[in-house]
Amino acid sequence: MIRDITLGQYYPAKSVIHQLDPRVKLMTTIIYVISLFVAKGILGYVLATLFLAMAIRLSKVPFGYMTKGLKAIIMILMFTVVFNLFLIDGDVVLWRFGFLRITDQGVKTAVFMAIRLIYLIIGSSIMTLTTTPNDLTDGLERLLGPLKKIHVPVHEIAMMMSIALRFIPILLEETDKIMKAQIARGADFESGNLIQKAKAMVPLLVPLFISAFRRANDLAMAMEARCYHGGEGRTKMKPLHYESADKTAYGVVWGYLLLMIALTWYERLHPLILL
Amino acid sequence: MIRAEKLTFDYERLDEEGRVESKKRAVDHVDLKIASGEFIAILGHNGSGKSTLAKHINAILTPTEGTLWVDGMDTKDEEKLWNIRQDAGMVFQNPDNQIIGTVVEEDVGFGPENLGVPTDEIWERVEESLKAVGMLKYRHHSPNRLSGGQKQRVAIAGVMAMHPKCIVLDEPTAMLDPNGRKSVIQTAQKLNREEGITILLITHYMEEVVEADHVLVMDDGKVVMQGTPREIFSQVEELKRLRLDVPQATLLAWELKKKGLPLQDGILSMEELVDELCLLKQKM
Amino acid sequence: MSIKAKNVNYVYAEGTAYEIHALKDINLEIPDGQFVGLIGHTGSGKSTLVQHLNGLVKATSGRIYFNGRDIYGENFSMKELRSKVGLVFQYPEHQLFETDVLTDVCFGPKNLGFSKEEAQKKAKEALRMVGMGEEYDSRSPFELSGGQKRRVAIAGVLAMNPDVLILDEPTAGLDPKGRDEILDQIERLQKERGITVVLVSHSMEDVARYVDRIIVMNHGEVRFDGTPKEVFRHYEELEEIGLAAPQMTYVMQMLKKKGADVDTDATTVEEAAVTIENWLKGR
Repeated sequence: MIRDITLGQYYPAKSVIHQLDPRVKLMTTIIYVISLFVAKGILGYVLATLFLAMAIRLSKVPFGYMTKGLKAIIMILMFTVVFNLFLIDGDVVLWRFGFLRITDQGVKTAVFMAIRLIYLIIGSSIMTLTTTPNDLTDGLERLLGPLKKIHVPVHEIAMMMSIALRFIPILLEETDKIMKAQIARGADFESGNLIQKAKAMVPLLVPLFISAFRRANDLAMAMEARCYHGGEGRTKMKPLHYESADKTAYGVVWGYLLLMIALTWYERLHPLILL
Repeated sequence: MIRAEKLTFDYERLDEEGRVESKKRAVDHVDLKIASGEFIAILGHNGSGKSTLAKHINAILTPTEGTLWVDGMDTKDEEKLWNIRQDAGMVFQNPDNQIIGTVVEEDVGFGPENLGVPTDEIWERVEESLKAVGMLKYRHHSPNRLSGGQKQRVAIAGVMAMHPKCIVLDEPTAMLDPNGRKSVIQTAQKLNREEGITILLITHYMEEVVEADHVLVMDDGKVVMQGTPREIFSQVEELKRLRLDVPQATLLAWELKKKGLPLQDGILSMEELVDELCLLKQKM
Repeated sequence: MSIKAKNVNYVYAEGTAYEIHALKDINLEIPDGQFVGLIGHTGSGKSTLVQHLNGLVKATSGRIYFNGRDIYGENFSMKELRSKVGLVFQYPEHQLFETDVLTDVCFGPKNLGFSKEEAQKKAKEALRMVGMGEEYDSRSPFELSGGQKRRVAIAGVLAMNPDVLILDEPTAGLDPKGRDEILDQIERLQKERGITVVLVSHSMEDVARYVDRIIVMNHGEVRFDGTPKEVFRHYEELEEIGLAAPQMTYVMQMLKKKGADVDTDATTVEEAAVTIENWLKGR
């Protein structure tokens, strides 16, 4: 039952974005994050909003799923906003109470910071929602490929990630089982102070670790028995190819970044006086 | 296909400085000869050394003494390691701990990927292997959503995709329910019959052994009994002494014999027993 | 010490896409001292049911009574229930965690508030009951064989002195002798101590040999409930739901089909041998 939980929150659908090469999606996400930090003025943010809106439209993922990720960062968001709002010095003081004051500059920065954070989360959600964890690791392995030259074990890292993805649900189920078994023996995981609670975890953690090691051992043996010997000489069942859609997507993304840079530069020379 | 001469293996226990503290002999001077295309069953209680023997065939372990050849290759020859593992595939007890992929078809493709098989051929092999074990329609499923028996069949498909000559199944049914057990054994029998794959089945379930060509019984690291299922199962008392059992029909025939009824030794199936009994009734 | 389930329903992940009606309107009573076999294929709800009986899982609706008291009632202590209804999970050896056997078995009684001495006394008693001699008390549980580990884990539950012992497939993965040893020990416990035993099993042969009563679960419902002979008479219906009868039932049925005038109720090898002998000798 716990095994039903999908990790990474992949939303299955048939959209242009789903079918893109995972490398394209990873790169796009990175470029988008960069663009958010490049953007300085209102025009830049309008462009970033348009780009995001287009991606959401194309992904066919309900908007509700995108905002789910925001719940996790709501505290950070509030903190950033409050921090910027009260602490940034500006020319015009809009409101004052004791040592607290809000300036035009403060409002501007707070709003932009909030937008930046929200877009960042939604942007990366689109990637995880439209890419299976497996594709993601594959894409990562290929993108980080050049690092092999400086002896970064890229293949091994990717293999570890995909094994972790497969075993997390199994270990969750196992945790549940051991916990129930110990509760049946009178264990109490809930009451008591922090130290007592920590001590109560021993009967859960020891069997869990033993089980994890046993599984790791078994799996290593099973992999060796199937001739696994690292990434060398390995072929791929599902190799990554760039299709024409992927090339187009790259074009769009790079074009977007250039436009963003140009806009920012333009706004620096001709500031729009809105705030 | 597989030949062993005086195969011996010691588990070594090291102390903190890495010196050998104690040795435990798990396999003791085993001689073995298995012909291509045979279906061999290995019986033995827990700790009798049968799993250790099985791990030698796949060169996961190499003999402390003696030699084991798989398809003419000495398992100690490190250059042949990957050829040996491709020739002799292995399926383990715990279905969860041997599936690597997060999607069924990707798991089956894992072996061929390691062998460096070209992409197009991997797809062909994956399809034919999944078909052979009757799991083709689950190819896009997550292994976590399959039953134990289905997972074991995926594991068998994963081995089949490497085009082995022999498959060693190390208690593949120990963690399954009766239906899962049946499906796994039938799959192994089918591969043996139709694809000519040599099968070595290690098990605790006597019913699974009845149709094997040859049965080996291990105790304390040695092969203590060898023969056809009929020969082995006619020695009920000896098997019980070795912490083993016989199929229920055999047990019933044995009980009836003890009561003085003239029945044959080593009756294996219920059908056989019923026929014998009816004959006996006519004579009485 | 009876357990009674009344209209018990359990819905897993209610309201989501994964909603499963795991138990449907279960009504049953397990009286004192009975040896009950619970059978059903994987996913039939039998594991969920036994977890209800000691309060690990709370029913979505319905009531469970232990000795006439509602376990979901206000003043009912779940901890006490769990000490009275011992549950041994599948592969219980995976829950061992202490450095020596005795301390591990003490875990249960200590949780119930017994002093160290009392806990050790109970633990030792429980270990002897499952056939683990004194020489193992100070050994690490991780150095034992599979069958021994399993027995230590069962002792871990027995040390809490339960009135009801529920075992979820206690013989899985053991060799034939190991299977018989565990079941013989459980039978002895049930006879000598008069405790109630609920045995969840896949092996019809084992169930036929040991239990007084069989409950068959299918799709979250109780399909059959009766003595082994009564239940196995429905062998064709059992096959329909993916189960089977013991092999002896089939031997007797085959004999009958061949025209033999035999009573087909035998479910164990011993019973079948007697019936067949009598038939052959015309008694």
